[in-house]
Amino acid sequence: MRRNPRELASLQTRTSRRAVLLGSAMAAFSGGLALRMRHLQVDQADQFRLLAEENRINIRLIPPERGEIFDRNGATIAKNTPSYRIVIVPEDAGDIDAVVARLTKLIDIPEEDLEDTLEAVRRSARQAPFLPVTLADQVTWEDISKVAVNTPALPGITPEVGLTRVYPQEGAFAHVVGYVGPVSDYDLSKMEDPDQLLRIPRFQIGKVGLEARQEERLRGKAGTKRVEVNATGRVMRELDRKEGESGADLQLTVDSNLQGYIQARLGRESASAVVIDCESGDIVACASAPTFDPNLFVRGISVADYRGLTEDTYRPLASKTVQGIYPPGSTFKVITAMAALEEGLIGPDDTVWCPGYLEVAGRRFHCWKRGGHGHVNLENSLKYSCDVYYYDLALKVGIDKISAMAHRFGLGVRHDLPMSAVAAGLAPNRAWKQRVHGQDWLVGDTANASIGQGYMLASPLQLAVMSARIATGRSVTPRLIKSIDGVEEPSGAGEDMGLNENNLRKMRRAMYAVSNDRRGTAYRSRIIEDAFRMAGKTGTSQVRNITADERARGVIRNEDLPWERRDHALFVCFAPYVAPKYAVSVVVEHGGGGSSVAAPIARDVMLQALYKGFPPLEAYPSADRDRVKAQQERLSREMRHAEGERSDRA
Amino acid sequence: MSYLEYAVKSVPSGPRKLLYLNWPLLLLVCTVAGAGFLMLYSVAGGSFTPWAEPQMERFALGFVIMISVAMVPIWFWRNMSVVAYLLSVILLISVEFFGTVGMGAQRWIDLGFMRLQPSELMKITLVMLLAAYYDWLPEKRTSHPFFVLIPVMIILFPTFLVLQQPDLGTAILMMAAGGAILFLAGVHWLYFAVVIGAGVGLVTAVFQSRGTDWQLLKDYQYRRIDTFLDPSSDPLGAGYHITQSKIALGSGGWTGRGFMQGTQSRLNFLPEKHTDFIFTTLAEEFGFVGAVSLLVIYALIIAFCLATALSSKDRFSSLLTMGIAVTFFLFFAVNMSMVMGLAPVVGVPLPMVSYGGTAMLVLLGAFGLVQSAHIHRPR
Repeated sequence: MRRNPRELASLQTRTSRRAVLLGSAMAAFSGGLALRMRHLQVDQADQFRLLAEENRINIRLIPPERGEIFDRNGATIAKNTPSYRIVIVPEDAGDIDAVVARLTKLIDIPEEDLEDTLEAVRRSARQAPFLPVTLADQVTWEDISKVAVNTPALPGITPEVGLTRVYPQEGAFAHVVGYVGPVSDYDLSKMEDPDQLLRIPRFQIGKVGLEARQEERLRGKAGTKRVEVNATGRVMRELDRKEGESGADLQLTVDSNLQGYIQARLGRESASAVVIDCESGDIVACASAPTFDPNLFVRGISVADYRGLTEDTYRPLASKTVQGIYPPGSTFKVITAMAALEEGLIGPDDTVWCPGYLEVAGRRFHCWKRGGHGHVNLENSLKYSCDVYYYDLALKVGIDKISAMAHRFGLGVRHDLPMSAVAAGLAPNRAWKQRVHGQDWLVGDTANASIGQGYMLASPLQLAVMSARIATGRSVTPRLIKSIDGVEEPSGAGEDMGLNENNLRKMRRAMYAVSNDRRGTAYRSRIIEDAFRMAGKTGTSQVRNITADERARGVIRNEDLPWERRDHALFVCFAPYVAPKYAVSVVVEHGGGGSSVAAPIARDVMLQALYKGFPPLEAYPSADRDRVKAQQERLSREMRHAEGERSDRA
Repeated sequence: MSYLEYAVKSVPSGPRKLLYLNWPLLLLVCTVAGAGFLMLYSVAGGSFTPWAEPQMERFALGFVIMISVAMVPIWFWRNMSVVAYLLSVILLISVEFFGTVGMGAQRWIDLGFMRLQPSELMKITLVMLLAAYYDWLPEKRTSHPFFVLIPVMIILFPTFLVLQQPDLGTAILMMAAGGAILFLAGVHWLYFAVVIGAGVGLVTAVFQSRGTDWQLLKDYQYRRIDTFLDPSSDPLGAGYHITQSKIALGSGGWTGRGFMQGTQSRLNFLPEKHTDFIFTTLAEEFGFVGAVSLLVIYALIIAFCLATALSSKDRFSSLLTMGIAVTFFLFFAVNMSMVMGLAPVVGVPLPMVSYGGTAMLVLLGAFGLVQSAHIHRPR
């Protein structure tokens, strides 16, 4: 466009003025750059030249010490011990394959591991060649000396002392605490922003259980050190170091003496037991049998051992206390009764006639006792575990109320414990069946649910929580971690559930009768020490349908069935009856009857917990004492033996 | 004053134009490119492949482009500004769809014989359009809010596209260069005061709010900013390279270790030793003397550009030349600050030295424009 001369002149002056300003700024900045160059290249030249010529600076991560895990009395569950390993720094090694080949002539590295390790080294060599990679872990002292003597021939290879995880209690807490293992690509792919530490191949992270769930707390933060290394990669001196933070120490609520006893008591049985402190919700013991040695996984389990564990029909790797869910069977009757009581549907003198079965919607629902129990009231129904009484009750209350009551007692609710695969179980209602199966809820389903069969599923943990809530009337919440680095975690005592105290008292009274009344289903497993009287409920849950045909010919006895089709044996209890301290649940998979199999175990566990050690024989009914004495001697021998083995290793 | 008013007769024509080239500028540019070849030869361990040879071929192509651009009258380029700008924007958008992902960001279009990086082209065409805009705009409207908003949009639109790739370095460069042209064109200083004030205010607010309940960013975002601003807090990531870069630079001393004698840069400490970190090698091998010489050559190139600009009575030529000078300055200033640990690592190459085809061609083209303005200046 056309501009008049005056405008042009003014524009040019202003532009020139500003151009000079900008030019000066640029000149000043360039001057600054020159000064910086002078500072680096002249003033600090000697220092940098020294660093560059004689040394190279390497930055090494200092792995933090993983937090230790203790039981409630301070006994160690997981700790770190020094272990020797051989590491390679790819950029110092040069020809990695040649160096490793020379190394394998000196020491023995398993063939199968070597390929994987070499692959890891090559990958690391591309990404961060200055980071050391572990070639062999848990190396013996002799091998370390061999390598140390031959360092000149093995560029880039250095023996190092590191820490490795050890579980001194071996199998006792395998399912609770889990184990650590070397970080894998799969682990990394699941993380959004992985810590630099995890890039160190073979770095140990929690894989299962508490170790995995509390990984962040236990791991700590990496420190770094800058070291000078000479041309062959030998560390000349450390320049500076930024200490990391070691992981938090966790104190658990579990008691390792009790846990050890329970593991020994359960033995090779496929069973589990949970002991919960009614006052605080503390999980005092949480044992799943058979168990396995987590130390095997830390070292790298052999294929044969691993196959042995996975192919075992008793599933030692499964954490049955929280992961295993079973039809709660008759132990669920407590919930059905509570729902009816809270609805005011049971009068003080109400009875139900049990002829051995109940017709529901044209189908016969049988009582376990073919001949029936005759007239039964609430207390007797629980004492005898009469099924018909509960069919009748459930049809009056309705499934939705029962389901809601079950949820209040912690069934069908996922208790958030820091363990792996904590199952939510199932306490279904109408809406659930409609949603999941797209079908209407049938009256028959209600009848099945009332005695803890059908869709109903609960884990031993949930059953223990249920008994603790009945015992206290508070919504006891299980907790596994007592304190973190000495800071106490909130108690799980829980709030008052707002249930009618009279109803609770009736339930407790009925449960008391189960194990203290001569005709109670658990009478044979009673505690006779008056201060420690126990209240409980047996359960025998079917895992198969009994057809009308079979019923007609006579139900096949459990012992005659193959193991996996036998009934589960369950028992829940709390004691002392007068002032509940512990609630216990025991589930023996395919064990047979709750009263004959699960109740004796639960009683032994309860006494062991209450006496904090082997109970005096006076606590047992006199008829049992000889048998119990023999059993105690056997178990204490086994436990001592295990103890001895452990200290030998240490 | 527009080309209609040029005293066309006084402008040289035909091959005679070659005599009117700004020869000192041309020689300086060639010197820098030569230094680049040497360094690329050196970092490859004394080999023309893989970097020095392709770089020389591109320089040859770029040199032809530069002379051709210089021969064409500057008013033609002024008229082409809008087309050039739109073309770059289209290319930039198409990178989003057809681009190849290189170095973690999507920046290239594969043309077969070379990889085109539209963001490099954008840096120059943006400057062209802004210069043409102020050539068109009457003086009294220069500071009118509406007529300030237009160039701001012209700058921000491609900046936004570049940030999508993401290429923070180029985005910063484009904003700064665009802002410089606005400043040179005479936009009222209050605008700059307000923008700078707002920027400072925002940054202060973001940092002040840290740890309080009205915290503006998430914790992890603060941690990223920390690492970005202070690489030594991440000694294995960004900090590692800066440490190594400083050692290499510092160990050069007064006169350096000599050509091909640098040990540090050859030890593969630096991931992009042939691109963003090439200055390290130069400084290590030629020392303080070599590094400052390069800085002086760069400063002279800018000085010659500014001289051309100030002597030109044509507003487009003057603004364009200064804009190119500022862009060029920003390139080396940011790159050197980054390598010397004065600025965060944002990925800006050293102009004419770092390996990179598009940047080389575009810069030579830009110097062609400067030459054209010089030849065709009204006398």
